[in-house]
Amino acid sequence: MLNVASVNKSFDGFMAVNDTDLTVEKGQVVAVIGPNGAGKTTLFKLITGHLHPDQGQILFKGEDISALPPYEVCRKGISLSFQVVNIFSRLTVFENVQAAVLSHLKKTYKLFSPARNQAVRETWEILDNVGLTKKADGVSGALSHGDQKVLEIAIALGNAPELLILDEPTAGMSPEETAVAINLIHRLTAELGLTILFCEHDMELVFSIAHSIMVMQQGKSLIEGDPETVKNNPLVQEAYLGEST
Amino acid sequence: MFAAAINKRSFGIAVTLLVLLGVLPFFLDRFYIYLTALILVTGLLATSLNMVLGYGGMYQFHHAVFYGVGAYACALTLIKTDLPPYAGFIVGPVVAAAVGVIMGLICVRLSKLYFGMLQIALGSLVWAIVYRWYSFTGGDDGLHGVPVPDLISSINGAYYFTLIITALCMVLIYLIINSPFGRIFQAIRDNPERSETIGVNVKRHQLVGLTIAAFFGGVAGSLFVTVEGSVFPDLMFWTLSLEILIMCLLGGWFTFLGPMVGAGIVVSLQTFVGMYTEYWTLIMGIILILLIFFLPEGVLGFFLERFSSREQAMSAEK
Repeated sequence: MLNVASVNKSFDGFMAVNDTDLTVEKGQVVAVIGPNGAGKTTLFKLITGHLHPDQGQILFKGEDISALPPYEVCRKGISLSFQVVNIFSRLTVFENVQAAVLSHLKKTYKLFSPARNQAVRETWEILDNVGLTKKADGVSGALSHGDQKVLEIAIALGNAPELLILDEPTAGMSPEETAVAINLIHRLTAELGLTILFCEHDMELVFSIAHSIMVMQQGKSLIEGDPETVKNNPLVQEAYLGEST
Repeated sequence: MFAAAINKRSFGIAVTLLVLLGVLPFFLDRFYIYLTALILVTGLLATSLNMVLGYGGMYQFHHAVFYGVGAYACALTLIKTDLPPYAGFIVGPVVAAAVGVIMGLICVRLSKLYFGMLQIALGSLVWAIVYRWYSFTGGDDGLHGVPVPDLISSINGAYYFTLIITALCMVLIYLIINSPFGRIFQAIRDNPERSETIGVNVKRHQLVGLTIAAFFGGVAGSLFVTVEGSVFPDLMFWTLSLEILIMCLLGGWFTFLGPMVGAGIVVSLQTFVGMYTEYWTLIMGIILILLIFFLPEGVLGFFLERFSSREQAMSAEK
């Protein structure tokens, strides 16, 4: 479904992503792991069109999307949930998700029909799914960090993506919040059957849900394979997992 | 919650206000009728600015250009063409919107402050052309004695015309702000990057928003012609843009009626303090400083906040 082939991206001479490959098949859950600064977020932003690669190809369903702006990439069916909370802070929780649904339903140029009657059912469905129903009327900027991260994912779901990209879904969460988030991601894969590409430092989460894992180090893709292969690869043990395995 | 709760009440307030304004000419003398009309026109202008400023988060620093262009287009149509007289009131806003599209196409490429700076530059260009083109625009003299249609040329006629058109435009702007487009517009204000990520073409939405705001600015300009019977280059000078910006901040730029309230305060101050001293801007400056310190959300924003927090306290007690 998604095929990243020998992609390069440098900032002022610093190779953030260097000759990286990644494949995501439909229905798969793929994890990208690697130490801080390995280029995971940059790789995701290259896929979603926030950055454009210097070299290489990014194919989504056979189409090169590497030169498209973010809104075009989104319309092709790829949603991103940001690592750092990136929501519409003055809007309510409901309106946050509704904005994404409105965009998905191509209703953003409707000028005279009240917004509160639009995309309501779809929005509630998502809020129910992620467990934010009770907080729907609150201003999103006032939510706790954990809830904001869940809202992050909810907004990304608003576009009914074929491929959902989660950039560190549990970053900065308390242990309780992490448990809730992990539970949510489990449900997204199990019940909705979403194709997910994510990166995460929580190894327990990674190895419990990923079908395939790609290890990144210093901008390069070190290895890509199923969890067992990755776990047992000496290079990976040395580079990232260390003695913990 | 709040939006849903206030709707019925605010509808009541709007109707009461409209009725009050409707019977005003039976009680007040000419001067106050003129002043009220001027407040309505300026308030509509400020509201149209706030649509892009407060709801769209765009640094629209030179909104008065569209006001001036609307006024001139309307006046020139009335003076120089044989079109039916009321056509001027359609030509004004349409030309303003067209100028909005052209300026928008150039400006929306940039964001935030750069957008505003470029707009000031382009707007000043328009002003300079109007200021110099004596044979067509009357130059710095402006155009006086515009032949406004008979029905609306009397002070009361002009007042009712202004009141009806302003009310109509306010309803339209309210609908637009609360439409899906308005919702997305606010999303862009809060977070352009995220808006792009959920599939919104931010630049195009900003262009559409700017064009709509320019259109309503043009309507306000045409109404000014009705009230004043003349146009002059000051209508599109950047200081006026600054004044209406202040009206938005003063009234509360995250509230719908804030800019109208702000316009009421500024125009009244200008008129009454102006009677006693030519240094009325000094008073204005002091008020502005106090405002920034004590009412950062604006006058109406302050009262709405008080109102909603009291309501929350009441519902919490139940």
